[in-house]
Amino acid sequence: MITFAFLLVLVAAILGYVMNRQAATAIRAGGGRLHSLAGYHGAFAALTVLVPLVVLLLAWVALQGSVITGLLLAGLPPEALDGLSDGQVQLVLSEIASLARGQVFGTPEPWKIEAAERLVRLQGLSGWLMLAVTAALAAALIAFARGRVGAEFRARQGTERIVSGLMIFCSTVAIFTTIGIVLALVFETAKFLSMVPLTEFLFGTNWEPQIPIRADQIAAEGAFGWLPVLLGTLVITVVAMVVAVPVGLMSAIYLNEFAPRSVRKVAKPVLEILAGVPTVVYGFFAILVVAPAIRGAGQALGLDVSPNTALAAGGVMGIMLIPFISSFADDALSAVPQALRDGALALGATRAETMLNVLFPAAVPGIVGGVLLAVSRAIGETMIVVMAAGLIAKMTINPLDSVTTVTVQIVTLLIGDTSFDNPKTLAAFALGMMLFIVTLGINVLALRIVRKYREIYD
Amino acid sequence: MTDFTSDAVRPPVNSTTAAVAASLGRRNRKQTIVKGLGLAAVAFAFLMLFILVASLVATGWRAFTQTHITLQVFVDPAAVPVERLPRGGFDDVLLAAVAAHLPDADLDDRATRRSVAAIVSNGAQFALRDRVVADPSLIGRTITLKVPVSDPYDQLRKGLIDRDTPEANRRVSDAEIARFDALEAAGLISAPLNTALITNADSRFPELAGLRGALVGSFWALLVCFVISFPLGIGAAIYLEEFAPRNRMSDFIEVNINNLAAVPSVVFGLLALAVFLGWFGMPRSAPVVGGLTLALMTMPTIIIATRAALKAVPPSIREAALGVGASRQQVVFHHVLPLAMPGILTGTIIGLAQALGETAPLLLIGMNAFITSAPSSPFEAATALPTQIFIWADSPERGFVSRTSAAILVLLTFLIAMNAIAIYLRSRFERKW
Amino acid sequence: MTDMRPLERIVNTDKAKITARNCDVFYGTTHAIKNVSIDIDDNTVTAFIGPSGCGKSTFLRCLNRMNDTIDICRVSGDIRLDGEDIYDPRIDPVQLRARVGMVFQKPNPFPKSIYDNVAYGPRIHGLASSKAEFDAIVERALRRAALWDEVKDRLAAPGTGLSGGQQQRLCIARAVATEPEVLLMDEPCSALDPIATAQVEELIDELRAQFSVVIVTHSMQQAARVSQKTAFFHLGDLVEFGETGQIFTNPQDPRTESYITGRIG
Repeated sequence: MITFAFLLVLVAAILGYVMNRQAATAIRAGGGRLHSLAGYHGAFAALTVLVPLVVLLLAWVALQGSVITGLLLAGLPPEALDGLSDGQVQLVLSEIASLARGQVFGTPEPWKIEAAERLVRLQGLSGWLMLAVTAALAAALIAFARGRVGAEFRARQGTERIVSGLMIFCSTVAIFTTIGIVLALVFETAKFLSMVPLTEFLFGTNWEPQIPIRADQIAAEGAFGWLPVLLGTLVITVVAMVVAVPVGLMSAIYLNEFAPRSVRKVAKPVLEILAGVPTVVYGFFAILVVAPAIRGAGQALGLDVSPNTALAAGGVMGIMLIPFISSFADDALSAVPQALRDGALALGATRAETMLNVLFPAAVPGIVGGVLLAVSRAIGETMIVVMAAGLIAKMTINPLDSVTTVTVQIVTLLIGDTSFDNPKTLAAFALGMMLFIVTLGINVLALRIVRKYREIYD
Repeated sequence: MTDFTSDAVRPPVNSTTAAVAASLGRRNRKQTIVKGLGLAAVAFAFLMLFILVASLVATGWRAFTQTHITLQVFVDPAAVPVERLPRGGFDDVLLAAVAAHLPDADLDDRATRRSVAAIVSNGAQFALRDRVVADPSLIGRTITLKVPVSDPYDQLRKGLIDRDTPEANRRVSDAEIARFDALEAAGLISAPLNTALITNADSRFPELAGLRGALVGSFWALLVCFVISFPLGIGAAIYLEEFAPRNRMSDFIEVNINNLAAVPSVVFGLLALAVFLGWFGMPRSAPVVGGLTLALMTMPTIIIATRAALKAVPPSIREAALGVGASRQQVVFHHVLPLAMPGILTGTIIGLAQALGETAPLLLIGMNAFITSAPSSPFEAATALPTQIFIWADSPERGFVSRTSAAILVLLTFLIAMNAIAIYLRSRFERKW
Repeated sequence: MTDMRPLERIVNTDKAKITARNCDVFYGTTHAIKNVSIDIDDNTVTAFIGPSGCGKSTFLRCLNRMNDTIDICRVSGDIRLDGEDIYDPRIDPVQLRARVGMVFQKPNPFPKSIYDNVAYGPRIHGLASSKAEFDAIVERALRRAALWDEVKDRLAAPGTGLSGGQQQRLCIARAVATEPEVLLMDEPCSALDPIATAQVEELIDELRAQFSVVIVTHSMQQAARVSQKTAFFHLGDLVEFGETGQIFTNPQDPRTESYITGRIG
């Protein structure tokens, strides 16, 4: 049905284009002067048809699900849903949906069968209605566009206005996305906080999100304190920075000042390759090679090393971030004005002294910005830690221990049953909200530092 | 008066130069140390990359061959009566075919029966069934069938099971090894190229598991991502770069785009879960939802690359077009955009390559379900290449370790190809103004 | 024979400090300096004048091997400081640049404090070991640059916070802090206002008591005011070299005369 509707829209647009173009050409042929080219008349018609209809269809498709569900629920016998929780209502609805598709499990109640038949009818009705409305609107739009054709009609301006509107819409998608993210997070976090108090979430030191499924199960008290999870994130981030910052900075210093051009030409692409490896690959590398190696080394030294140490996950994350820091530092060093380099060299400084005493300190703001952005990436990194870090939250700063991070918890809580009234699901969104706020804060700070000090050299 | 000692520079006589000469040794040593550390850092990065690739290749290359057994199968009409098709005792028929080469095996003992039956892959009976169903005249005849062996025997043949470990710690017992060696001696065992890795969909048996479902799912997702993010990204970039007035609204939009580029990918997954799956009710695990999410993540990349490409076109071109009487939109669409296209395409391909490797948001919308057939439309449940890698990495069977590495090598090949195309485009078509 | 007592500066006003013979400089394939030979005297201000692009800055940068930092630049010929070939492979440019200081066209103080700017050279070359010694060096350099009175109360303030003229004098102080023998100045006043220019010109005259000064300038009036010897460069050639008074009142070469009377450049 939907494909038919879209095809109909396409055909209507082409029809409108052709009709208007013909009409405009006819005017030209008849000796009149057109303000705009015939092509623009056609384009005006096509766009006038396309844009409203596509919007209509997308809205219809997006909303028909909820509308039909609402009608269905309203039509159910009143006792059917008495005393059922939200989750159980969802179950009933999906059972009716399966019945409608022809999959029968056991012997459903007669009212469910009736409801399934209603569902099929409603869906069919919606499809035909959509097609009919589309056709009618298409006809009206074509007529409207055709009526505008005339020698004086500013078709080019009209077309350009529509195109302009489309481009503005494209630009606002980013805003809508941000609004969507914020709303989704705020909404679900609010629901979560109605079940778990804010103080427990922010300051609790116990993270055991096992929620009883049945009312008579013994609940775990104080199970949603995020501090151990936050601590785990910080431990792994610190390990990652300990690996990435020295290696990244030293390699940037070498490549910027000392490396012959041939070495630089090879080294920079290789570092880019390190940056382009997908994080799931790094995660597998961590469990395949790095974690066993660390465990083996630890055992040889007599240390107690758990199978998924923060060291393994953080170390691999650090390797992933090396090119990030290296290229930021390299850019920052290159941005230092040549005059400073000349000034230092003319005083008789060696290249190392010039780099360490003059260039590097001058580039520090840019470098700090880069490091902050790397920290932000480390905090938000998911796959490496999901595969290589642990699941149990512990208040520890020992990198040889197994820790869990915010992103790991978000993923583990959401794989599997995700009904939106379950505190486990909502806890994931609450964690997501904290993650979003922290990374946003760090990014804003980093950009401000870089921008503020760039002004000095302009 | 220029007398030199022949092999030494004349000692300086100024007090400054004496002090400088004394300091030179120490300072040059320090420079050498700094250079050394820097070189070591670069070498460390290279080494890590090398170890990564080497370990992937070392574990993964074995997955590119799969041990098969070639059997002469007598399709016994008693076990497979034509009226019962497609049902039938295909597993019994196969057992007979294998046992024909193992005269010493005591088939009355249930454990031995099961063990012999388990030599051949679980999927072999379905391969046989499909052949017989397609051509029922095969019943009563003897056909040649080449099927994969099950995972333990595949591991054994590839040398990954150490015959010296105590029997209790091994996946295959001594008797089983002996039986397999007998089959090998009979010339029935071969190890051809594992095309099933690409042509089969996922399975819980490693010897049958393939990437087809994941490849198709990724294809659909990337297609949806491209179709949505390319026009939106270019439209937004053109507007911001060429038409937008420099006011607070445009600044706000730019700030938003830069922020979105730095939001962690898992947050996009949360957005997709709450809005696309929750509010819009789109089908779970479908590539269309994955593609939509990836599009939102790729858009900032495309916008930034497009703006850079547009900025690189010199203003003189715009002024010339305006001078001839073109409208501002005509200047952009007829003149600037075509010249900026190579840069835009390069940026888009790089953005799509990044999207291909994204895993976290796809996990949250459920594209890690166990799907045993490739999706036929973007609206059906599917996996994607990176999520498939994630699933296999978690699987306990040993056969999946090498397959995970092999799948990663497939993914990396795609990424290398895409980046190579992007670099080729850039070098071939980019104009230096 | 001159007295070769160690630890004492040998200052000789009738012997050339820097001698250059048959110098050529190539930027890639461009022949920027063609067969230039010249003697720079001690305790003298020598001016390099000529139209833009004639190579005077390029030749100046040969004298402290700053052209080494440019990959495509090739220098050939014989340049000697106190009789030693400065391009000898055994000589470290680092050593040379402690003896030959440079001040650039646009003031380029380091983003450090005034004190650290001036102390930087002596610090890296190990010319002092105690804070008192550094303080003395900094004060002496700043006095020589006529900047001490203006900044003595704020030595910790950033060098970039000074006015244009003060920044250039800071750069001069920085250059003389290592007690060089020669001071090269590449159009030091072109980024300064007239008052700051006058202050720097006065300074140059005081500096020549201690050093040889070579100054590149595009202003003939400045050359006439501050220098004792003038060299006129044109399209990479050293056209004429002699006493400043004689160059400006009685030039020998027609090209020199054209430049001085304003017909070219």
